[in-house]
Amino acid sequence: MAVNLADAFLELIRRASTDLPPDVCAAIEKARRREAAGSPARSVFGQIQENIKLAREKSTPICQDTGTNIYNINLPIDMPHAIVEKAILTATKRAVKKSYLRPNAVDSVTGANSGDNTGVGQPQIHFHQWKKKHMEVSLMLKGGGCENVGRQYALPNAELGAGRDLEGVRRAVIDAIQKAQGLGCAPGCLGIGIGGDRGSCFLLSKEQFLRPLDDVNPDPILRKLENRLQKELNQLGIGPMGFGGRTTVLSTKIGKMHRLPASFFVSVSYMCWAFRKARMTVRGEKVTHGY
Amino acid sequence: MAIRIDLPVDAKVIRKLRVGDEVRLYGNVITARDMAHKYMVEERPDWLRPLLENNVIYHCGPVMKRTGKKWSAVAAGPTTSAREEPYQGTVISEYKVRAVIGKGGMGPKTLKALKKEGAVYLHAVGGLATVLAEAIKEVEAVHKLEEFGVPEAFWVFRVEDFPAIVSMDSHGKSLHAAIRKDSLEAAEKLIHG
Repeated sequence: MAVNLADAFLELIRRASTDLPPDVCAAIEKARRREAAGSPARSVFGQIQENIKLAREKSTPICQDTGTNIYNINLPIDMPHAIVEKAILTATKRAVKKSYLRPNAVDSVTGANSGDNTGVGQPQIHFHQWKKKHMEVSLMLKGGGCENVGRQYALPNAELGAGRDLEGVRRAVIDAIQKAQGLGCAPGCLGIGIGGDRGSCFLLSKEQFLRPLDDVNPDPILRKLENRLQKELNQLGIGPMGFGGRTTVLSTKIGKMHRLPASFFVSVSYMCWAFRKARMTVRGEKVTHGY
Repeated sequence: MAIRIDLPVDAKVIRKLRVGDEVRLYGNVITARDMAHKYMVEERPDWLRPLLENNVIYHCGPVMKRTGKKWSAVAAGPTTSAREEPYQGTVISEYKVRAVIGKGGMGPKTLKALKKEGAVYLHAVGGLATVLAEAIKEVEAVHKLEEFGVPEAFWVFRVEDFPAIVSMDSHGKSLHAAIRKDSLEAAEKLIHG
């Protein structure tokens, strides 16, 4: 292939780290308008917007925690994983040198930082083979602060009075967001998974982040719960950065999968307001970057 | 109107600050996060005393750039402070730290130390990495870089016009405790009706 894949991935990383997509910017602007004039909440949103603008102009990271780099890749059948993986690793190391990414991979036993943002399981790459002729890549950068406030519930939960039904799911999510306070850099975007086992349920919750913020859930039951939770969570009063305010979450997305009769998991993944995501399509020699 | 704080600063000046006050910092701040706090409490290094006395700790793991021998901060917003809660009170007392900058607030142990020693917790907006890096005018020094790595090293930054809000003061008041209490009441109403 004549296209330089490492160059294409480097540009994808630069865009993801230094810019926010239009759907996220629109949600932030909508939230800013909702806050009272002169309130700390409104001032926080103003500073957030100033930072987005400056980072875009200077091509520097929106946030210094450039996060876990999560790739979701749809791959044509004749394209080997190894080639793509190698290009990603090369691009990642170059992105650290260019200060688009922080060296963010730490040995869990020795505490040693690898220095180039690569290591065991870093970056995180999910390959899916498909029948189309082109490759489609989605990259999101998920910071540690918001990852730390994610939660998983095994229902029933006596303390919340949460049974194995959608009302139980609702109670678990409210509990998770109250406990998160402003620590995940509120207002957050929520990805919620219902079902599966512990591992697949968390993955499902993160897959919700691939949906545009303004999309509509095709499942009418989940759509109804998303809308209700979105409204109720914003009544918690936590507000941007936990300073108090009318917007505690920017979006609520829910997905479901089958479960075992014995298990009922609910996973809540929290994405900070600095929801960094970018997309890339490689079709023959043509590379297209987008959101 | 924001209050200008020049560093190093006296406890007397800090005692005047109240929750909700906006401040702008001028002078040197030193970054310290997880490894640094563990090290400060377990080893109590003396070399840090002159750097920390009447000065400010910043919970931050920056993105840095090296041009020749010179370092500059590219992205430098606050990290979550709650992780340092087991250590912070001890560090404030041991090293006479006057302010801690971070995000998300801290707990009762830190609040008690702030009151006892005459110190404040300053909240910076999380994710404001580029804007806050602009307020860093000079990288004065770096310590423990080899051992701790870039995000965890002690970076000494000279800042100008660095914006933050007092969210925990030296009089026992915490904005975070208040929001937590109110949001818990709201959540219980939504959950149990």
